[in-house]
Amino acid sequence: MPSTSYRLFEGIPLESQLAANLLTLARDLRDSGLNIGSGQVINLVDAVSVIDCNRRDDFYSAAKSTLVTSPEQIPVFDVVFARFWRRLLRPETLEQDALDQHQFDMPPAPSDPKKGAEVEKKKPQAGKGETDKERAVMAVEDSAIDDQSKTEDLDALPEDVIVFSAREVLRKKDFAQFSPDEIAEARRIISGMSWRLGTRETRRLEKAPHGDFIDYRRTLRHSLKHGGVPLELRRRRRKEKMRPLVLICDISGSMDRYSRLLLQFVHALEQGLDSVEVFVFSTRLTRITRELRKKNVDSAIEQVVKSVHDWSGGTRIGESIKAFNYEWSRRVLRSGATVVMISDGWDRGDPQLLATEMARLQRSCRRLIWLNPLLGAPGYQPLTQGIRAALPFVDAFLPIHNLKSLEALARLLGDMDDSPPVRANRSIRPVSSDSLQMKPFVNDRGHLLVDVGPMMDGKRIERSGSRERTAARH
Amino acid sequence: MTVSPAALPHQHTGVTFDSVDQLAARLADERYITDRSLATTLFLTLQLRKPLLLEGEAGVGKTEIAKVLADILETPLIRLQCYEGLDANSAIYEWDYPRQMLYLQTIEATGEIGREQARRDLFGEEFLLKRPLLQAIDASHDRSPVLLIDEVDRADQELEAFLLELLSDFQVTVPELGTIRAEHVPIVILTSNRTREIHDALKRRCLYFWIDFPTFEKEFRILTAKVPDAPERMAAQICTFTQGLREVDLFKSPGMAETLDWAHALLALGTKSLNKDAVDDTLGVILKYQEDVDRVRGEVASVLVDRAERAVD
Repeated sequence: MPSTSYRLFEGIPLESQLAANLLTLARDLRDSGLNIGSGQVINLVDAVSVIDCNRRDDFYSAAKSTLVTSPEQIPVFDVVFARFWRRLLRPETLEQDALDQHQFDMPPAPSDPKKGAEVEKKKPQAGKGETDKERAVMAVEDSAIDDQSKTEDLDALPEDVIVFSAREVLRKKDFAQFSPDEIAEARRIISGMSWRLGTRETRRLEKAPHGDFIDYRRTLRHSLKHGGVPLELRRRRRKEKMRPLVLICDISGSMDRYSRLLLQFVHALEQGLDSVEVFVFSTRLTRITRELRKKNVDSAIEQVVKSVHDWSGGTRIGESIKAFNYEWSRRVLRSGATVVMISDGWDRGDPQLLATEMARLQRSCRRLIWLNPLLGAPGYQPLTQGIRAALPFVDAFLPIHNLKSLEALARLLGDMDDSPPVRANRSIRPVSSDSLQMKPFVNDRGHLLVDVGPMMDGKRIERSGSRERTAARH
Repeated sequence: MTVSPAALPHQHTGVTFDSVDQLAARLADERYITDRSLATTLFLTLQLRKPLLLEGEAGVGKTEIAKVLADILETPLIRLQCYEGLDANSAIYEWDYPRQMLYLQTIEATGEIGREQARRDLFGEEFLLKRPLLQAIDASHDRSPVLLIDEVDRADQELEAFLLELLSDFQVTVPELGTIRAEHVPIVILTSNRTREIHDALKRRCLYFWIDFPTFEKEFRILTAKVPDAPERMAAQICTFTQGLREVDLFKSPGMAETLDWAHALLALGTKSLNKDAVDDTLGVILKYQEDVDRVRGEVASVLVDRAERAVD
């Protein structure tokens, strides 16, 4: 951070000195990550000319209402302002400021890479000890819950695949077993995939020759040609909009083998669609929509890795979904959004909390889809506490372990129509260990699903035979 | 450095304020209880003739500010309630088609007016339905009205583009009529519940103020001012309770509006002093989600009731 003193600038008229000080305040705020336009600074200059600048509270309110544009900025503003004011009065109090700066842990400003790097260095270290410990705890718990070790599940690959081409093999191979070359090839395929989301009708109208609504304005104008007799009716119809998509990805340690490639996939989605919001979590939730906006996938992912402090940490799905529900759902789950959650469900948290929050999440979105990379492994059963708690509140439970499953997902998202999801009125029950004994199955469209009661498009999907039979059809 | 009045659009209010103190005093007269920071921002809104964007949780009194402002400035309040799909026809203007049709039929029958004249009449102001945004810049006002654009986050982004244009030029172009320009630029208040982010370009054009949940003292003052029937002791209990409730981890914390509703509800039930039964019976007035009610009913409620009782003893 540049050490600026607000002492009087010599050789310029007193009035300009105030303006110069205001400019430094704005610059310091920009350095702290606030995005301030010059129009706002001009507003501030205008503002101080009509209030009593010697009253700290009024000056503070004036600066705040002209420079701040969201409540998140207020704590940052307060600290920077306090420093500004102190320096304005006593330019020599720099030592105290150094102290302040130390306690002032802010997100790294893009304009100040050195400071950003410092924060980066500090965070992962703090998180790492926790990570190892958590992994250890998780390992113990996992073996207690589930006899089958998950690595065993993953190592076995379905052998019933007829090889059409190298590419076909790649389509069905589990991401976890990709070699670096194959990853590169997969990335090419992923970035070439095209994505389409179901649409919904908005309340806006647009011109359409055979629309449902009469366009009075154009009808009337047109009727003037015929002496005011509306011979031809002009029409309008409801405009259609793509449904927003919200992705919530698990990047905890157990997802390590999938995280990078899935981010690649998420990046392709974000680039290909209009309104996509992306969040990642391991122990806490981070919004990465802005980072992913970068066109170049590598620098976008690099940016994400930088901004996420709990990469490969432990898993707290319940807390993370709760954070999403409380802080973000009202902002990003507008107009019939589809929520896609990507996680293996290895959760160490409270299953009751997870159930409550998943139920809330399902109620506030159009479709809740859970993608699980482990679901692709034969013999895998969703028996972990986390999954068992969450499954009753999921509209679709699909694998995401190979390119083929990504294609299946693309089909599912594209097929979504306007019909509301049919969901049983499920209350949140305490989760008991024997409450769910479900097996995943493949339906006639090739989706691997788990029967969780009435779901997608109101059709109850019946169990369709064994996995071997359906797999042979592929 | 100094504001040159010529550069700013003309704003005319019947009542003017020379200082923050004056405005704050006037707000207090109107029984609108506020803190100095909001008074300062309102003063700047009037002085700089900038739109003001108010954000905050639901029920903290955002809309109320516009109403009070219109009252103390003795000027009309024009309100545009935003909703998804709100379009130019409902926000700015629309032609009155049925009347236009009837008019056409009439002149057809009587044959008194020529075709050209008919066309001019047809798209005259007589047939123009003015929606709130056009009303606000309409020349018929003899002073600047207060324009309240309520819950702008509910409208979609197309409307924001309209607003951006309107708020910078204060003019509207009706193709058939020409450009209508505000003679007295309205005082514009926008409110948002943050169900989505407002576009940066629009935010930067505005002054910004975040209204927090009220402090105990402020809540108490508002409650006693708005519900004078409530005994002072119970009012203090109610405020202690709601203040405590906002510390509980809830999906939707109660706002000032809920506090006032609750006070009315308790009075209607003949409650003289806050007690556990009364709270359990009326939790639905302050909490709007079943999970929140479940969480508070019982233990949390009784702890808060105890605290409220201790606070007034």
